[in-house]
Amino acid sequence: MIDIASLLANGIAALVGPSAIFFALLAIGLNVHFGYGGLLNFGQIGFALVGGYGMGIAVLYFGLPLWSGVLVGIVAGVVLALLLGIPTLRLRADYLAIVTIAAAEILRLITRSTSMTDFSGGTQGLTGYGGSFRQLSPFDNGRFYDFYGVRFLGQDLWAICVGWTVVGLSLILVFLLVRSPWGRVLKAIREDEDAVRALGKNVFVYKMQALVLGGVFGAVGGIVFALTTQSLTPDFYSPPQTFFAYAALIIGGAGRVFGPVIGSMIFWFVLSITDNFLRQATAGSNPLISFIDNQDVGAIRFVLVGVALAVLMAFRPQGIFGKRSEVLLDAR
Amino acid sequence: MRPVGPVRSPDGARPDNSGFTRPVAGLLRAVLGALIAIAALTGLAAPALATQQPPHGTSSQPAPPEQPGLPVSGTLRNVDGTLLSGVRVQALDASGQQVASTTSNTGGRWELTVPTPGQYTFRIDRQSLPPGVTVLQGEVVRDVAPGTLSLVVFRFGAQRAGLQTSASATALRVLVDGIRFGLVIGITGVGLSLIFGTTGLTNFAHGELVTIGAVLAWTLNVTFGLQLIWATLLAIVAGAALGAATDLAIWRPMRRRRAGLIAQLVISIGLALALRYLVLIYFGGRSESFADYTNQVERNYGFISITDKDLATIVISLAVLVGVALLLQRTRIGKAMRAVADNRDLAASSGINVERVVLFVWILAGALAALGGVLFGLSELGGTVQYEMGFNLLLLMFAGVILGGLGTAYGALLGCLVVGVLVQVSAQVIPVDLKYLGGLAVLIVILVIRPQGLLGSRARIG
Repeated sequence: MIDIASLLANGIAALVGPSAIFFALLAIGLNVHFGYGGLLNFGQIGFALVGGYGMGIAVLYFGLPLWSGVLVGIVAGVVLALLLGIPTLRLRADYLAIVTIAAAEILRLITRSTSMTDFSGGTQGLTGYGGSFRQLSPFDNGRFYDFYGVRFLGQDLWAICVGWTVVGLSLILVFLLVRSPWGRVLKAIREDEDAVRALGKNVFVYKMQALVLGGVFGAVGGIVFALTTQSLTPDFYSPPQTFFAYAALIIGGAGRVFGPVIGSMIFWFVLSITDNFLRQATAGSNPLISFIDNQDVGAIRFVLVGVALAVLMAFRPQGIFGKRSEVLLDAR
Repeated sequence: MRPVGPVRSPDGARPDNSGFTRPVAGLLRAVLGALIAIAALTGLAAPALATQQPPHGTSSQPAPPEQPGLPVSGTLRNVDGTLLSGVRVQALDASGQQVASTTSNTGGRWELTVPTPGQYTFRIDRQSLPPGVTVLQGEVVRDVAPGTLSLVVFRFGAQRAGLQTSASATALRVLVDGIRFGLVIGITGVGLSLIFGTTGLTNFAHGELVTIGAVLAWTLNVTFGLQLIWATLLAIVAGAALGAATDLAIWRPMRRRRAGLIAQLVISIGLALALRYLVLIYFGGRSESFADYTNQVERNYGFISITDKDLATIVISLAVLVGVALLLQRTRIGKAMRAVADNRDLAASSGINVERVVLFVWILAGALAALGGVLFGLSELGGTVQYEMGFNLLLLMFAGVILGGLGTAYGALLGCLVVGVLVQVSAQVIPVDLKYLGGLAVLIVILVIRPQGLLGSRARIG
């Protein structure tokens, strides 16, 4: 039968776990793009990919130390943002959406291509670039640490601590930026681009800066996650992950500093509990729910996220904490 | 969509019909014409299937795991599809010593056993080949491991004469491949572009309409044993119904609530995600083959050789697209579609029922997407259906539609053709698993050079 204690323990582990950190960082980036700047970036996972792979390839292929690999990953995020922004930021919002989703898919196809096996590891991906990250860990990497029934492996605990530190620093940066004149101009661009242009601001440059900044958060997310999992597999970086990040952002509230983080935590808490519940309820010889096959539970998560995204956007686009008037809903 | 001809006043258009039934009749006529074309064409192609083989005939033999030695097997099939019997196949170990040999049976099938796991060379004895049969690849090196099914495929036939003699033959072949693919992208892309033109919605769920059409046809074809042509026809009807249903259930209420376009875009993405994984749950993650037209042989038409299904794909697509063009150009509902796309308010104030026009656009787009899905699976994916096929096609659709001009119907066609040719041409140069890249790269290039697309108007791009 259903083991509620383990459901809760898993849910709380997911609430603070590596996935919540990863998607919080992706969603912080999307918050800068969509929440403040009104830019529709649907290829945020591509930024995570260039971040993670930039680091992995720099370390494994070019033999750089890990810290410079991290820098390479961040620079890769900046370059990708510039490449995507130059053709699309002068156009209507949905062009950016199409180009970014296409670019993310291009990047995934390139990294998994057999012709790139020497470089990016092909479909096998990359491992063994982040050993020095684990050596820095103050915890016993192989030991389980128990917090009132919620257990973390030492190496994951280290990654979680680093991850939340990065999330905290990112939030402080976003908090300061959106209260600066720069942030006010960005929000004004979201509300009325032409009015800002009439005031003599270079809208294109502001949008580009926002795209780069949000892209860097995505790349940092990719780096942190790659250091947590210690492996890079190309098919993880598929388009639905961006939609997950959007779902997290919209749950928490776009255009709010803490929105993406809270949204990501709630998102993974709910997803983990429903996932575990369905797995338990469909397992065994006499399952509680018989019309769902145990193997299909993984796919049901995507269906739920898709429905949730559509329903939220239709009925409560401001999420839990957002202001409806601050959510960009209409393209020019 | 830009009006390609002047939108004539309703009274001057066609006085032979009247009232509500006219647009319906026009649409029906166009769809029916297309269907008859399909039926006729694929009917003609049927005799060519005589040499067809069951798709997985060679792989269905289970490997007996506990026997001494490891079984290795295969089927010898000549380029023209005939099965070769009485051909000796030898297995050599790493030192070049022959460890086993066998002779293929009347079904072309051979099976032998190697003593231990390891690397072996499998070789065809050329002396034993029937006269007139040449081997392209008669030696295969293969690691044989326990617990896996070891299949060895030899390739027969001379080096393609066309490839060696002229580059122009290759160019022509790639061009025809590209046009075929471009037409398939075009069939689905026209609907996407019309939806954008009439409602402003960038429909990310359009790929799922394609997948669902193909999966429905596959279900009717494989599970219920319906011939593929009839299965496709039913899938087209279902696709049209699905298009109408999404409009009535989701998009019309959204428009009524004056939901913003970005909100609608995100909703379409959520819908796409949900639908794609519902298809995955129903259909599974593997590529599944249609029951018909799976293993066709190319026919030589002098200047080009092409399989019947590819030829049929080209002709059907052309016929359907001409039908769509006629619909837009000649029928009342088509003219109304162009009028709404050009200026929604003006169209509404001149008495066009905009919501009904949009519903027809969705019906047309759904039907075209379902047909496009079957043709895409049949021609480009080698007769198979797969749950992500629509999403893969969607990005190429966007590339083609933006290249032609988002919102235009004829521009979408042109752009999709260019993308199709580009994808096939680029596959000659870059690795095959990257071949969709060329199509997506054109998307970025066109936005830098001419963001309104080839046939689009400047006012739309923002």
